Amino acid sequence: MVEATGGRDLRLEHVTKRFGTFAAVDDLSLTIPSGSFFALLGPSGCGKTTTLRMVAGLEEPTAGTIHIGTDDVTYAKPYKRPVNTVFQSYALFPHLDIFENVAFGLRRRGAKQIKQEVEKALELVELGGLAKRKPAQLSGGQQQRVALARAIVNRPAVLLLDEPLGALDLKLRRQMQIELKRIQTEVGLTFVHVTHDQEEAMTMADTIAVMNSGHIEQLGNPTQLYESPNTAYVANFLGQSNLIRATVVGTSGDDLLLDVHGSRLAAPVSRRASGDKELLIGVRPEKIHLGAPDEVVPDNHNVLRDGVVTDASFTGVSTQYLVRLPWDQEVMVFVQNLGVGGVLVPGTKVSLSWNPAHTFALDGSEDALAGVQLEEPVSVG
Amino acid sequence: MAATTESLPARAKRPVSQRAGRWLSNNLIRIYAVFGFTYLFIPVGYTFVYSFNNSGKSNLNWRGFTTDKWANPCGAPDVCNALSNSLKIGLIATAVATVLGTMIAFALARHRFRGRTVTNLTIFLPMATPEVVLGASLLAFFLNVGVPLGFQTIVIAHIMFCISFVVVTVKARLASLDPRLEQAAMDLYADEWQTFRRITFPLVLPGIVAGALLAFSLSFDDFIITNFNSGDVNTFPKFVWVSSLRGIPAQANVIGSAMFFIALFAVLLGQAVTRRRRA
Repeated sequence: MVEATGGRDLRLEHVTKRFGTFAAVDDLSLTIPSGSFFALLGPSGCGKTTTLRMVAGLEEPTAGTIHIGTDDVTYAKPYKRPVNTVFQSYALFPHLDIFENVAFGLRRRGAKQIKQEVEKALELVELGGLAKRKPAQLSGGQQQRVALARAIVNRPAVLLLDEPLGALDLKLRRQMQIELKRIQTEVGLTFVHVTHDQEEAMTMADTIAVMNSGHIEQLGNPTQLYESPNTAYVANFLGQSNLIRATVVGTSGDDLLLDVHGSRLAAPVSRRASGDKELLIGVRPEKIHLGAPDEVVPDNHNVLRDGVVTDASFTGVSTQYLVRLPWDQEVMVFVQNLGVGGVLVPGTKVSLSWNPAHTFALDGSEDALAGVQLEEPVSVG
Repeated sequence: MAATTESLPARAKRPVSQRAGRWLSNNLIRIYAVFGFTYLFIPVGYTFVYSFNNSGKSNLNWRGFTTDKWANPCGAPDVCNALSNSLKIGLIATAVATVLGTMIAFALARHRFRGRTVTNLTIFLPMATPEVVLGASLLAFFLNVGVPLGFQTIVIAHIMFCISFVVVTVKARLASLDPRLEQAAMDLYADEWQTFRRITFPLVLPGIVAGALLAFSLSFDDFIITNFNSGDVNTFPKFVWVSSLRGIPAQANVIGSAMFFIALFAVLLGQAVTRRRRA
């Protein structure tokens, strides 16, 4: 076994990649600490896969540097860097059996005890008995595990995962998410995971970088990103947000006092990520309480009245409502299924209320619809 | 119309003509296949049967069964000399065309260079040009340059048209090769040469073998171009053609049949190997 090359950070500094005049990655700087599970999250074409390919050495940056620990690997050949990739399509060698696929990297480096190492790696991904099979004889999920074993058996300083679960069905994907996380904890390698699936990123990663047209919108742990998005793009791309235009009319203690079409609302000063007077205030659908039109709400709670239910979809765990406000904006509200009351029918008059602490505020000049995901995200990164 | 009784199942109640029609429509493809294969194999069968003919100079009439010709395939004058020339030419032309053709295919499939389009077109030309034109132009060229006709000119001519077929076959295989496999190999510490040796070459090999087999059979088979450029060197197709004027000796049938069975055996062997590999 070649010694683990862990303990080294991956550092990208001012990395730019242009294809012709199009900047796929634009002046990106990023440090990924050794041993972390890091996700690059963004829609297709945001530059996440290009970033990954530059780290793997399959693409050369137009400008900037890439370091692993103290080694500058910006222009190193792919086979000269302590990096391994789990490809989106797995790219298993069809003419080699599973054992030889996994042993490939070890053999190229002249490693000792190949048999034990391969067997250990196959045990780790729970494919012990399939060493003599050919890739075509395995299911998609099994091939995915082989691709993973083939990479981790080399104990790279950085393991790159390019949409590794994209080709699996939903149930298997959930299962593999948990598996991947377990394996990462077990082997302690740095995982850099590229995905367009925000739920996948949130489930697995310690740190997520949300990417948008070649740059990083926001970087943080899943909770930070979800609860305190810095931009409308992040607010909409991670989960769903209701963004409402508001004007600051004053402050009271630690709260901003806001005017929203005649209603007085409040938001913590500390949760204003950007902007000054004209703001977009955001609240997540599950934070809103749906009440009767004249319901008495606790003191200091934000309340918007005269809403009308326009759509209700019962999903079992919760009911998802669309509520139209007097200024024709539709707000999404998730009501947990606690077994009290039924599903409200469209046309019902309601009031919306929530704790001001759950309100975040962004610059009013932002596009409130930035980053809203289409129904079916395209899987190609 | 068929007689009907109440107790018979519904199927049997159908009129005969309708049942016959159904049988025909169910078996049409089989009947068609039987006719097709019969048409294909009558000449082969004829050749095989007449290789046992106790014939003299001519092999047109059946004169009784003998295995003499199989025991002594070189019995007829010049037949084995012609065969050995054909095999030698075929092997040399195949070897050279396979190496050059594979290299050209890699260049065309993997690199963008000046003259690529022209090369693509030129490679295609020998396949599109009538053999008569190709043979005649080559002859004119050899005469102009002053190359004596013979074994070497046949080899040059065969290499020329074989290259095209190798290039086309290997290029098709390369086009279907997922570039990510090579990237994965490089990612797993294989340098350019190791990537070629361990991944690219084994995966393209079936295409190269197919190209080589095609080249050999085209070379062995070729008559028109060879006839223009052979001088007084005899090849097997030329031998058959020349002797057809006086009567083909049964040894030609023996060699023809043997070639057929060798080819058949090779194909069956190839399929058995592929099947075992998949299993």
